[in-house]
Amino acid sequence: MTEIPQSRHSAFQVLTGLFSLPAGARIGIGPMIAAVILVVIVLASVLAPLYVPYDPLSMNAMARLKPPSPEHLLGTDPYGRDTFSRVMTGGRVSLLIGVGAAVVSVAIGLAIGLVAGFFRLADSIIMRIMDSLMAIPAILLAIALVALNGPSLMSVIIAITVPEVPRVVRLVRSVVLSAREEPYVEAAIALGSSMPRILIQHLMPNTFAPLIVQGTYICASAILIEAILSFLGAGVSTEIPTWGNIMAEGRTYFQIKPGLIFWPGLLLSLCILAINLLGDTARDLLDPRMKKREG
Amino acid sequence: MEFTSKDLGNARTVLKIRGLKVGLVGRPGAAPVLDGIDLDIRAGETHCLVGESGSGKSVTSLCAMGLLPRGALETTGGSIDLEGIEITTARPARMRELRARRIAMIFQEPMTALNPVLRVGEQIEEVLNMHTDLSQSEARSRTIDMMEQVHLPDVQRIYSAFPHQLSGGQRQRIMIAMALILDPDLLIADEPTTALDVTTQLQILKLIAEMQHRHGTAVLFITHDMGVVAEIADTVSVMQSGRIVERAPIRDLLTNPQETYTRKLLQAVPNLAPRAARGAAAAPDVITVKALDMTYGGGGFFRKAAGVKAAQDVSFAIAPGRTLGIVGESGSGKSTVARCILRLIDPTAGQVTVAGTEIAHLSRRQLQPHRKHFQIVFQDPYRSLNPRWTVARSLCEGPVNFGTPREAAMSHAAELMALVDLPRDALDRYPHQFSGGQRQRIAIARAVAMKPDLLVADEAVSALDVSVQAQVLDLLDDIQEKFGVAMLFITHDLRVAAQICDEVLVMQKGRVVEQGPAAAVLSDPAHTYTRTLIEAAPGRLWDFANFRALDHAPARQGATA
Repeated sequence: MTEIPQSRHSAFQVLTGLFSLPAGARIGIGPMIAAVILVVIVLASVLAPLYVPYDPLSMNAMARLKPPSPEHLLGTDPYGRDTFSRVMTGGRVSLLIGVGAAVVSVAIGLAIGLVAGFFRLADSIIMRIMDSLMAIPAILLAIALVALNGPSLMSVIIAITVPEVPRVVRLVRSVVLSAREEPYVEAAIALGSSMPRILIQHLMPNTFAPLIVQGTYICASAILIEAILSFLGAGVSTEIPTWGNIMAEGRTYFQIKPGLIFWPGLLLSLCILAINLLGDTARDLLDPRMKKREG
Repeated sequence: MEFTSKDLGNARTVLKIRGLKVGLVGRPGAAPVLDGIDLDIRAGETHCLVGESGSGKSVTSLCAMGLLPRGALETTGGSIDLEGIEITTARPARMRELRARRIAMIFQEPMTALNPVLRVGEQIEEVLNMHTDLSQSEARSRTIDMMEQVHLPDVQRIYSAFPHQLSGGQRQRIMIAMALILDPDLLIADEPTTALDVTTQLQILKLIAEMQHRHGTAVLFITHDMGVVAEIADTVSVMQSGRIVERAPIRDLLTNPQETYTRKLLQAVPNLAPRAARGAAAAPDVITVKALDMTYGGGGFFRKAAGVKAAQDVSFAIAPGRTLGIVGESGSGKSTVARCILRLIDPTAGQVTVAGTEIAHLSRRQLQPHRKHFQIVFQDPYRSLNPRWTVARSLCEGPVNFGTPREAAMSHAAELMALVDLPRDALDRYPHQFSGGQRQRIAIARAVAMKPDLLVADEAVSALDVSVQAQVLDLLDDIQEKFGVAMLFITHDLRVAAQICDEVLVMQKGRVVEQGPAAAVLSDPAHTYTRTLIEAAPGRLWDFANFRALDHAPARQGATA
């Protein structure tokens, strides 16, 4: 058949590919909408301090549980704080935790997974440790960490990262295990390349594509877990608004003021939906089997 | 040599293809994949479609099955007429019915074509259940009958076996049984024996001929192997870039090809005549292997488990400038020997001495400085180069590991490009921008960049088209002449071994059964297994390059299944 140049899988191309839409890739309308929604939410959250009308923490005893009005777009909470300002500002911490947990767990998982995949001796030891880590429930670990260190951003990120790392390790290990059987890796051994060199130059680039996909899933799940933790009171301290703790505080007044849970919940759901959808799209684009079907 | 000789004068035409055109979907400007194919197949005829990879053989067969990959290829013109039924415009439901009853297909890789989680007998029976009204017991007895027709041993046991429990040949027999159970008019066989060993291939070819004789089926046989064509074809169509360039009865095509392309194709086909003997070198041997043993598995924590003996007591030596071929079928342990010598795996016992150093039991670190003395070229040119690396980077990897400055390695890489006959700007490109043969040249250049004393070629030309194969063999010969490198050439194809080897070593089930000068082993084999291999080599009695029968037919006697 005719030569259709395959796009290479380097991380850079994967990243640019997601934005510039490589030739021949067909991205549906769904992922486009998801991308737009996500960009809007991220920009709105990051730039929140520039445009929100009120300090999200300033209480106002005169304006408790107000309905939506031009003054308070989404009304106010039981302490008279402006819900709009709180929800928009709260997104920053939620997204930070999502991205932070994804980056940290991918980075740690990549390093451990490469070693486990290439050195048979290390493999059995590392994988048993990972199996036991996987048995730790994120929520219990978070409650324990918060009990020890007090509620903080760091302990939440650690609590979410620890149970995610083994999943990343497994993924990286499986990619390395299959890639190390490739003749080009054997050729590199025959050419006298050292093990670390083979690991980093030949094997690591194979893991980038699946890691980008896995990273998006971790990001979405971290945002969700953060919300659950805050809801249980084991999350970030209540002085920092996040979508999770805004909803946690709002639940007592759910009957008379559903907006307190509805608005942060809506943003949270939209955000996770969008991230997961983009993750799926990335998986389809990067999966060689899907590519073969198209080519 | 005897060709098939059927009288097809009055046979009805089963399949009639006229002016068939196929193009890429959404790219009307691109060159068509098929450009005006005409084809007639009569009942009882074996029509061979030959050509190199990418010539459109498989696309033609997929068209006839109505199985063009949707969204990638589409028919843009012409007609396919199966006894009055137009296939190009048939509806999917109609096509499904036709596919079972009128046209059947067998594929190259029977493992992937069978469902791994269903018993093979049930898979054959399912065809009957879907397309006939036979009762359960009738369907079962017909299945058993069909399995006996394809000469499967112990039919009752195989009926309830899963695909992975069968050998490649048995799986292909199952596929044939499944294809023929509804007695179709046309059987399309797409490289059905390419993945099989030569002896199995011969059996399957015989089986297809027998089934064809019994059922009067028309067979469209797709292959790249001229030897196979010579064995089975009545008529041959030669394809090149989406066109049929020549069509002729088999004898006419092989004795008097009209087109230059056909001539070129035939001239590249290797035959079993061994190469002219070369004078033995006076220099000491580059590599000496003594009593090499490799046992996989074994060990065991509590009790000693019996391992698989992949290689047993293998000994040989190669002098500079000489080539030793290891031939054998899959599972004979030939690749295991290569990988032991390269120390990609660690041999269980024995000695390997390369360039004066015993390397079989050195640690990885101790081995490092000696690696430059021996290099390997792998079978699959699509996987042996890192797809993310430019050619230049791949070529420099080895020399840089051994302390050559990057600039020197780069300029050497440019010289190597000239040596393997690739343009200089190839250095900045990536492997996917090259054809299979070009990639294999790059892989050879990468190995030669280390200036090795021993070059191991592990099935290095097996994945290539026959004309490219001939070029790569020439290149290896050139390199050997220029650098005096010793070569260990591993192949399953005796014809290739005959072209390039000074000495041949025949392996079977991990043991060396015969060893000696190529001329002696190939023309006067001492061992029955060697004889069986030679007898099974397709088209062995025909000298394709000179368009005539071989004068001295090697190894007349001997048993073949």
